[in-house]
Amino acid sequence: MSELSENTIRAEVRAWLDANWDPELGLVEWRNKLADSGWGVPHWPRGWYGRDLPAGLVPVVEEEFQRIGAIGTAKAGIRTLAAATILAHGTDLHKEKFLRRILTGEDTWCQLFSEPGSGSDVAGAVTRAELRGNQWVVNGQKVWTTSAHHAHWGLLLARTDWDKTKHAGLSYFIIDMHQPGVTVQPLRQMNGHASFNQVFLTDAAVQPEFLVADVGDGWAVTTTTLMHERRGADALRSWAMGSDGKGRAYDEERVEIVTTMEPYKWYPQRAGRVDLILDRARETGGIDDPAIRQEIAKLLILSKSAEWTARRARTAEEQGRPQGPEGSLGKLVSSHVARAASRVHTQLSGADALLTGEDSPMGGVIAEIFVSVPATSIAGGTDEIQRNIIAERVLRMPKEHSVDTGKPFRDVPRNTVS
Amino acid sequence: MKFNFSGEQEEFRTNLRRFLAEKSPSKEVRRLMETDAGWERDGWRKMNQELGLTAVCIPEAYGGHGFGFGELGIVLEEMGRALLCAPYFSTAVLAAGAILNAGTEAQKQALLPGIASGDIIATLASTEDGGSWDAAATTLVATPSGDGYQLDGHKSFVLDGHTADLIVVLGLAGDAGLSFFTVAGDAAGLDRRLLKTMDPTRKMARLTFSSVQAKLLGEAGAAAAPFAKTMTEAAVCLANEMVGGAERLREDALAYAKMRMQFGRAIASFQSMKHKSADMLLEVELAKSAAYYAAAALDDGDSDVTAVASLAKACVSDTYMQTAIHAIQIHGGIGFTWDNDTHLWFKRAKSSEVLFGDAGYHREQMMRHWGAAA
Repeated sequence: MSELSENTIRAEVRAWLDANWDPELGLVEWRNKLADSGWGVPHWPRGWYGRDLPAGLVPVVEEEFQRIGAIGTAKAGIRTLAAATILAHGTDLHKEKFLRRILTGEDTWCQLFSEPGSGSDVAGAVTRAELRGNQWVVNGQKVWTTSAHHAHWGLLLARTDWDKTKHAGLSYFIIDMHQPGVTVQPLRQMNGHASFNQVFLTDAAVQPEFLVADVGDGWAVTTTTLMHERRGADALRSWAMGSDGKGRAYDEERVEIVTTMEPYKWYPQRAGRVDLILDRARETGGIDDPAIRQEIAKLLILSKSAEWTARRARTAEEQGRPQGPEGSLGKLVSSHVARAASRVHTQLSGADALLTGEDSPMGGVIAEIFVSVPATSIAGGTDEIQRNIIAERVLRMPKEHSVDTGKPFRDVPRNTVS
Repeated sequence: MKFNFSGEQEEFRTNLRRFLAEKSPSKEVRRLMETDAGWERDGWRKMNQELGLTAVCIPEAYGGHGFGFGELGIVLEEMGRALLCAPYFSTAVLAAGAILNAGTEAQKQALLPGIASGDIIATLASTEDGGSWDAAATTLVATPSGDGYQLDGHKSFVLDGHTADLIVVLGLAGDAGLSFFTVAGDAAGLDRRLLKTMDPTRKMARLTFSSVQAKLLGEAGAAAAPFAKTMTEAAVCLANEMVGGAERLREDALAYAKMRMQFGRAIASFQSMKHKSADMLLEVELAKSAAYYAAAALDDGDSDVTAVASLAKACVSDTYMQTAIHAIQIHGGIGFTWDNDTHLWFKRAKSSEVLFGDAGYHREQMMRHWGAAA
């Protein structure tokens, strides 16, 4: 059965691409065709730019795109999270207004969840949204906002009721980022890059129809976004590569990729660059030092076994079997790998580890590892939070004793807002 | 299959786990470990009659079932979990492996069916008093005598060496060099002394050879490659046995933490316990991935299988020992008592950590393959 439908789908998409793909089209023009045909996001609903195709058949469509080098819908960045959230919780008006321009890449998005006072505890947000007249008015500060400086729209988590408990007082909005009440400042990191922003919201306005789900349901919607963020983390780690194809659509896609991937250019260094270890060991002579050889071996063992563990999880998923505990460990183990790699790179570099930029090995790449790795065990959930999650959800150990449940949020101790 | 088991394999594991839980509860482990032999022929025979376990990885042509290291790994993992007291590793992994890798067709026909049926207990005697796992350290001398050889010298750290019916011995045959021989367990001139092992569930013997009559296995001077292959297989098999024990320790420690009350709450509710348990899970899952991958690499005949085998042995050696240390710690005072079972697996972790080379030794082996200088 699946053989038959796979062949049917393959023939159908191939015929459509043969008739429509043209690298000389403008990128947006081409993607509008994709949206209308349903082949850009075939697993989406029929009414909304998709074809209701089962997830298992999506790779067949992707293969046909790759076969002839046809460009797909815009996928990078927060826009895919926005789309997934809108599809799950949005109104027809939201879908009508936002989905097409997400697929064409005309709109970029950002996620306004984290705050200076709520990092691991995202639900402790204190950015306030109040209904004044016929409009929501937002005041507060958000942080770690990738792409906020060019985003058109933001996914906003804000507190609408201070008398309810922590989670129950939250609501979820779509906010227009291009308005006077929104100020975006780059946030400089310890490695010198500024991949994120701080966003200051001062009497920023949100139209009432841009509330997502009901007032007080913000946490459920946020969970949807975060779930897709975790699922997409692997995709983000694989570097988006432009095609070297010739034609207007390819040219425009290359520009898009440069903009989208700019914040992530240090991410390979953040992961520790295990791929460089053996070459560096040969180059520096560290390969002949028995003590360093042991450390290199420890690192390679860790990184290989981590890779194989991820493969076990993925294989289970592909075969439709329930994942074992191996599926929950990737984030935590990547911190171990990054730290171990940073240590070995230090051993291999010797005094050169004192330098940075063009004075240091590989034009600064090695130095960038040292000052980027600390992000791995923090971003997207600290190691400590990951361990709590593993202990509670996988090992079924008792949940943390919490002191903020059951009481109105206004009575919960929190960081003072400066 | 490097990243998953088939439905049949999972079913095999489930049945085996049930069987071993019944035949090898810790009470039985404690009874057998106090005996000199360390195992009993009745139980061994029953296990082989019902499940044919020694036959798993022996080809059908020699009376076996013809499965691969994937299946053998499952057997060993479950035995490691149950801490089964039986001469399985010595017979099915070491001796059967050496005979398969080194023997002539006629020798395989003659020797393997008895091993496959479980009638013959066998082992490999390669290590000597120096404790080196490398063939280069071999000093036992073989001199041509009649239609065979005469062995003089000693072997040590020989698994089940005091009870084996058949012993495969690594020795030096004059100018030809490194060669394998087979010796009957009750041969004249062979003195077998049970060693006092720290891990009482893994019996070892020191063997003294005084003009012991032996038969050549394979060709004279041709043992180096088959011995190396056998040790690669042994490292992978031991790694799979070890992850079974590590998983058992992890589960038992977790169950204890959920049950043990202090300060009016289960100690599993303390974040220090939760984080330790999460780390233990992570380490054991990584170790499993390495052990499973290595077993599949043997079956697939990967060109870097020696490096992968050393990777797995190094990885699991550290993990099993660390898991055992955590498990004792989580149990607290009770974990340090003889009556609590944790120390049985702790000692198996220690003996497995060292057997066939510790983590440091295997890391260096791995680097010789992957980390060659420019």
